[in-house]
Amino acid sequence: MKARFVLRASTPWWRGPLLIAAAALLTILISAIMIRWAGGAPIPAVRYMFISPLQSRFGFTESLLSATPLVFTGAAVAIAFRAGYWNIGAEGQLLAGTIGATWVGLHAESLPRIVGVTLILLAGMLFGALWALTPALLRTRLGIDEVVTTLLLNPVALLIITGLLNGPWRNSESGFPDSDVIADSTKLWIIWPNTRVHFGLALGIVIIGLCWWFVGKMSGGLKLRAVGLAPNAARIAGLPVERTLLTTALVSGGIAGLGGASEIAGVAHQLTTGISNNFGYTGVIVATLAALSFIGALLVALMFGVITVGSFSASRALEIPSQIGQLVQAVLLITVVSALVIQKYRIVWTTKKSEGRK
Amino acid sequence: MNSVEGVAIASRGGAPSIFLRNITKAFGETIALSDVSLDLRAGEVHALLGENGAGKTTLMKILYGLSQPDSGQIEADGVVLKIESPRDARAAGIGMVTQHFSLVKNMTVIENIALASAKTFAIDLAKVRAEIVAASARFGLDVPPDAVIASLPIALQQRVEILKALMSGCSYLILDEPTAVLGPNDIDSLLEVIRRLRSDAGIGIVLISHKMAEIEKVADRVSVLRRGQVVSSSLANGITSKELVTLMVGEQQSGAEQRQRSASPSQSPILVLESVGVSREAGGLSDISFTVRPGEILGIAGVSGNGQTELVNVLSGTTQIDSGTITVEGHQLGSNTPQSLMRAGVGILGEDRHASAVHALQVVENLILDCVEKFAGKFQLRRKEMLNHCESAITQFEIKANPKQAFGTLSGGNMQKVLLARLFSRKPKVAIISQPTRGLDVMATNYVRSLIAQASKQGTAVVLVSEDLDEILELADRVAVMYRGSVVGIVDHTAASRESIGELMAGIAK
Repeated sequence: MKARFVLRASTPWWRGPLLIAAAALLTILISAIMIRWAGGAPIPAVRYMFISPLQSRFGFTESLLSATPLVFTGAAVAIAFRAGYWNIGAEGQLLAGTIGATWVGLHAESLPRIVGVTLILLAGMLFGALWALTPALLRTRLGIDEVVTTLLLNPVALLIITGLLNGPWRNSESGFPDSDVIADSTKLWIIWPNTRVHFGLALGIVIIGLCWWFVGKMSGGLKLRAVGLAPNAARIAGLPVERTLLTTALVSGGIAGLGGASEIAGVAHQLTTGISNNFGYTGVIVATLAALSFIGALLVALMFGVITVGSFSASRALEIPSQIGQLVQAVLLITVVSALVIQKYRIVWTTKKSEGRK
Repeated sequence: MNSVEGVAIASRGGAPSIFLRNITKAFGETIALSDVSLDLRAGEVHALLGENGAGKTTLMKILYGLSQPDSGQIEADGVVLKIESPRDARAAGIGMVTQHFSLVKNMTVIENIALASAKTFAIDLAKVRAEIVAASARFGLDVPPDAVIASLPIALQQRVEILKALMSGCSYLILDEPTAVLGPNDIDSLLEVIRRLRSDAGIGIVLISHKMAEIEKVADRVSVLRRGQVVSSSLANGITSKELVTLMVGEQQSGAEQRQRSASPSQSPILVLESVGVSREAGGLSDISFTVRPGEILGIAGVSGNGQTELVNVLSGTTQIDSGTITVEGHQLGSNTPQSLMRAGVGILGEDRHASAVHALQVVENLILDCVEKFAGKFQLRRKEMLNHCESAITQFEIKANPKQAFGTLSGGNMQKVLLARLFSRKPKVAIISQPTRGLDVMATNYVRSLIAQASKQGTAVVLVSEDLDEILELADRVAVMYRGSVVGIVDHTAASRESIGELMAGIAK
C-alpha cells in the first residue's frame, strides 16, 4: 500500500470550514489526552483554557494584552511570506526592536509624551529593520537562503541583550540583569482604563489594516504577490524581483521591531532577557494558521491570547503545567496545516498491482 | 516474429534482441506515443531522432521503467518483460544515462559506483576500486576513482555515469542527449567511447539526439519520431542528413497561406545584434549578428537545442551577454536586463506560457503585470480601469475568459491570447515571439499567426522563433538559421524552401 496525494479538481464551499472544525475538534481531543496524562481533568481544563478567559473582564483584557505582540509578529511574517521571502527571524527582529526602544526609553527624560512615544516606536522599527537587513542583502545579492540566516540571527539578538543587561544596562538599583525602568514620557497610553491594555494593540490593528490594504489594493501589493507566487513570471513581466524582496524584508523586520517596542513601552517598561516569550516564532505559527491572510492573523493572534491566559488559569486551578498552552498551539498548527492539505488534495491509496496499470 | 514495417533486416549485430511493440501513451488528452514499435539489437548504435515533444524521452522512460505505457509491451527474445521500475530495467540489462546525472556530488567516484552496485550490507571499497580500474580498462573509459564528483568536469562525470551503468551489468545503454552538455572535443571522445562499447563490448546503444553530425558519425540505424509516431526506421548509411531533417520536421501541409509581404527595405533596422556571445555555462552562443526592420518578421529556425532558447533569454534579459552589442533604435543597450529591454520597446512572448504568467493571480492582474504603475491610483489600484482594459482586450483578442478568473484555469490557447494581448497592448517596437503555437489546436494556431502578421503590418518588428518550419515559411520575411549556438545563414523568403533551410539546419550547407 502506498499513499499518493492527488490535486482535487474542485472544492465545494463547505469543505474548508468543515475541515477546520474537524481540526479544532481533533486538537481539543489530543489536548485532552495530554492534560489527562499530566494529571488534570480534561473537561474543566478545556473550559478554563478556551472559555473562562472570555467570561471575565480581567481574563478578556489580559488575553488582549497577550495577543498584542503576536499581532505584530503575525503581520510581519505574513507579509514576508506573501512575497516569498521566508523570514523566520521575527524573533530576532522583535528583540532588536526592544533594544532600540530601551535605548530611547533610557535617554528620553523630560520630553513631551507624544514626542517620546513617537521616538521609542520609531527606534524599535528602525532596529528591527536593521536586524533584517543583513539576511535580506545576502539573499538578494548572493542568493543565500534567508531561512537559515534569519533563523540563526535570533539567538544572536538575545545574546546581545544578555550582554547589555550584564554590562552597561545592569539595573542601577537592584544590580540584577534587567534594565532600569524607561522614562515616563516614552510609556504608551493605556487605552482601556484600569486594565493593562495599551496603545500597542491599537497600533497593531492599524498595521494589520495597512498591510491588508497595501497587499490587496495597491500596485506595490500586486507586485509583491506576483513576486511571491511566481518569481520568474514576475521577472519576465519586468518587475524588480530583488528590490521587492529587499523592501518587503525590511518592512517585515520593521513591523516585528515595532512589536518589540510595543512590549517595552506598553507593558514591560524595562528590558529583561525574558522580554519575548517566543513571540517571533509564534508569529510564524499565527501567519501559517491564518493561511497568510492579515485579518486571519489578527483573529488567530487574539485566539492565541485567549489560550495563553486560559492555560495559566487552568494550570493554577488544576495543577497542570502551563506549557499545555503552547502544546495546544503546536497541535493546532499540525491539525490545521493537515486540514489545509486535505482541502487541496485527496489521498489515494494504491496497491502495487493497480500502480502498474496507472 | 514480425519485423516492423519499413525496417530492413540486415545487421552485423545478429538477431534483434529487444522489441518495443505497439507502445501507446497519453497524458490527459495529449497523445505522446501512438503505436510505436522499435527494435534494439546488441552491438548496434540505434539513433533516435526527433523534435522536442516528438516522444523520444517518453519512449525511453517507458523502456527504463520510469513510466508505464497505456498499451503495448516490451519483449526480449520472445519473452514479455515486466518493467515497472528502473530496478526491473537494470535486471533486464537496460541502463540509462539521463541528461541530469544521478551522482552524489560530494562523494568519490568509488563511493558513487559502490552505491549503485551494492548488493550486500557491507561495502568493500578496495574491491570496488579494483573493479572500477578493471572496467575502465575494459571499456576504455578512463576515470579517476578517488576523485570527488564535484571536482570533475562534466565530461568526466558523464563517463562515471556510463561506467556506473555498465558495471551494474547492462547490455543495453540509453544515452539521452549525451552531447548536449559537452564541448566539441569532449563530443569527439564520447563518440569514440560509444564506438568502442558497440564494437568491443557488444553493447547495444540507444542514442537520443537531434544533431545530424553525431548521428552520421556513429549510428548504425536511425529511427525518426514525429508527433508520437515512428516515421522512419532504417540503416544509417542508407539515408542522408537532409532526408532525416525533412522527416523530422515533416512535409509541408497543403493550403498553408502565405502572408502578404510588404517589403520596405528602405527603412533602417530597429533591432541590431552584433557578434552577441554567451558563455558555455549560460547556454553557449557565439557570434550572433542580425538586424530586423520595422514591420519585418525575422524567423529563427533550427533543430531544437541549437541555441534558440538561449537567444530568447538574451532578448528577454534573463541571460546576460558576455560579448557583442544589442542596439535598439540606434541606442546601444548598456546591459540587457528585462527592464532596460522593456524601456527600449522590446516585448516578449516566452516559449513557456505557464512560466510567463502567475497562475494563482486573476486574468486581469496578469494582463497588467508589466505596466502596474499605469493603473496605480493615489491610494489603490484603479480596479475599474483595469477591468475595462481587460474587457476590451478580451473582445479584441477573442479571449474566452472572465477577467476575475484565475489565469491557471484557462486553456492553453486562451493563456496564449492573454499573453499576446499583454505583449501587444504595450505597442512594442520589437516583439520577440517564441514558439507561439506550440500545443495549440488549429483554430487557435491560425488566430495567433494572424495576430503576428497583423502586428508586423502595423510596423512592429518581429523576431519569430519557432520549431515549426511551416510557421516560419508562412510568416517570415527572412529566415535566420541557428546551428550549434550560431547563426549559420540568413535566407530571404523568396529563396527560403524546406530544402535550403533544412540543409542549414543540419549544418551541412556552407
